[in-house]
Amino acid sequence: MSVIIALAGNPNCGKTTLFNEITGSVQHVGNWPGVTVEKRDGVYRKDKEVVIMDLPGTYSLSPYSAEEIVARDYIVKEKPDAVVNIVDGTSIERNLYLTMQIAETQIPMVVAINMMDEVERKGDKIDCGKLSGLLGIPVVPIVARTGRGLKELMDAAIDVAKKGQKPNRLSVFDSELADAISSIADALGDGESEENNWKAIKLAENDEIIAGTVPSDKRREVESLVRAADKAAGGDAGARIADSRYRYIAKLVGDCVKKSGKGYEETKSDKLDKILTNRILALPIFAGIMYLLFACTFSENFLFIPELPSPGVWLAGIVEEGWAFAADKVIGAAETLGASEWAVGLVTSCLDGVGAVFGFLPLVLVLFLLMSFMEDSGYMARVAFVMDRIFRHFGLSGRSFIPMLMGFGCSVPALMASRTLESDKDRKITMMITPFMSCGAKLPIYAMFAATLFVDSSQTLIVFSVYMLGIVAAILGALLLNRFVFKSENSSFIMELPQYRIPTAKSVLIHAWEKVKGFAVKAGTVIFASTVLIWFLSGFNFGGMCGMEESFLASIGNGIKWIFAPLGFGDWRASVGVVTGWIAKENIVATFGQLFGNVSEETVEAVMAGEEALPAITEVFNRVSAYAYMAFNLLCMPCFAAVGAMKREYGSWKWTLRAIGFQMATAYFVALLINVVGNMIF
Amino acid sequence: MTLRDLKQGQQGKVSAIGTTGAMKRRIMDMGVTPGVVIRVVKVAPLGDPIEVNVRGYELSLRKDEAAQVQVEL
Repeated sequence: MSVIIALAGNPNCGKTTLFNEITGSVQHVGNWPGVTVEKRDGVYRKDKEVVIMDLPGTYSLSPYSAEEIVARDYIVKEKPDAVVNIVDGTSIERNLYLTMQIAETQIPMVVAINMMDEVERKGDKIDCGKLSGLLGIPVVPIVARTGRGLKELMDAAIDVAKKGQKPNRLSVFDSELADAISSIADALGDGESEENNWKAIKLAENDEIIAGTVPSDKRREVESLVRAADKAAGGDAGARIADSRYRYIAKLVGDCVKKSGKGYEETKSDKLDKILTNRILALPIFAGIMYLLFACTFSENFLFIPELPSPGVWLAGIVEEGWAFAADKVIGAAETLGASEWAVGLVTSCLDGVGAVFGFLPLVLVLFLLMSFMEDSGYMARVAFVMDRIFRHFGLSGRSFIPMLMGFGCSVPALMASRTLESDKDRKITMMITPFMSCGAKLPIYAMFAATLFVDSSQTLIVFSVYMLGIVAAILGALLLNRFVFKSENSSFIMELPQYRIPTAKSVLIHAWEKVKGFAVKAGTVIFASTVLIWFLSGFNFGGMCGMEESFLASIGNGIKWIFAPLGFGDWRASVGVVTGWIAKENIVATFGQLFGNVSEETVEAVMAGEEALPAITEVFNRVSAYAYMAFNLLCMPCFAAVGAMKREYGSWKWTLRAIGFQMATAYFVALLINVVGNMIF
Repeated sequence: MTLRDLKQGQQGKVSAIGTTGAMKRRIMDMGVTPGVVIRVVKVAPLGDPIEVNVRGYELSLRKDEAAQVQVEL
């Protein structure tokens, strides 16, 4: 019979390191249903019957963040056989607060005191035996990074799970509060039952979610008892409960922890922080680190050295060339075997589809090696600390800066970078607006229009203004979404600034690998299927294979062109461009090259670089409608690869489609505005 | 006086939390409860939020949130 063990603990307590150490390589990474909170599970490497479930890092089991709700629902409703509660020994008081709350649920549990090496280095002593006696559960000292104590921990956890050994019922609350809580429990039914007892505490804490589960015939009575509890606690039972837990912890720590008595001492981490968040140096250092992050991933002239590709671009180049070489061979083989034209076309499009997925992997890999280093080292928390002042005005976290910055390179890794945001709401909003940042693939579109229609005026200014338009749309979008879509959710900035630590190579590598794998598997199918579909639509009609001018796609373009008429480009070729742009935005230029005069591939490349004009497009576009078209393609649904990344990060089609809907609506509105206002002025 | 009024390097003892509801719970969940000693470590480069040391770890909160924490010197 298999045993399920859940890992619970504060953020930054070393939970992920522990998870990686005990599970090895077989794990599933995904999302908890309905939220963008990561869900990971794996099996214990020494006993395949033991399933390890990694709960999101939380400070408490209050229902104020998606993480907290996920963690407590799992403990209370799914009831794992045991919970391993990881406690950071270097800030044991705050960490034990969660321990108190898990113990209140009376689930069988084990406490693991992590970072014992740092505790010892400070000269502190934690008496685990005594703590274990007081809590009524095993307490195991560990060092997750080195693997010390992990076998003992898992043995204890499996033992507790098999015996169903529950923690002691601690007398945390004073008699008045305890009486008030037990009368609420009695009103719920059997006051002795663990579930009712836990619910009673939560009700006294004014927990709205639990209040919603009280049967309607008991609601009145429970409400008046909760008010009585507030009275007994001198106004606010919730505050008194939190206070009582901390008082109890202070007593536990007094009994079981011997501080070295050196008092406050500046650690290496404090010294480093003095520089990294220094009043004057913080912003330049931050800018430097952001530049490096961006340059390492996307730069073609790395560290300002001309023609030197960054690690990301270099790897991407290798993968693309390798893939193109292999694809050529396969296609060549198919041709020599005498495959029909459409079969060769199908093979080519399938290879292109897979190649599209592969091409992004190096970018994802390099970005996440760097990002997980920033996250695990503790610097990411400082990014939020430094940038909060600016981003709070848009209802976002300072950490939203990173996905948005990466969006200028490529939306795919940028969307995946949103995972480091702390709240579910911030993640959802950031993912909706990140594609508004003008990615590298959109530049050729601007180059084409600038070289063709804006020759006499400043081309640079036109392109720059499109970039700015994206930023403004993102800011306004964030404000609107905060105001009207996520209105009920409060934002606060009460968070820990963890100690700086050098992350282990293993945890950085595992994190980056998970991202690459997740993208290839979860996003890959979306990208592949849509690439093949567009290939089919653009190369076939009812009569079989044909040129794009006569294809299904052309018919679709003719069918939908009226939608774009109010935007100034109600032309079938412009419509087809929007659709082929979803495979990759720069495809729009190639599509126009083909549909407007069938120019050569060299010309298309020159147009993309802004070196040559494509005069035929003036049949359809004037300056105003060209600008509207650029704005529309900047803001509308990003390429399928980015949609795949969105799908993977949202974890649901519902939110992915909402995001696309929001982007389409924004694009349409902005382009309409440009066309209407532009025509009034020019 | 409130935590917001403390200067960098100053410490005080928390006497009460002024706000109610979710924010109060969150502040208390993070260990800022009456009686605890709290020290202002630094102010962010743009003037807000602030970093405090409480119960042996570093916590950051916005000035508006710090204004809800009553302290005695």
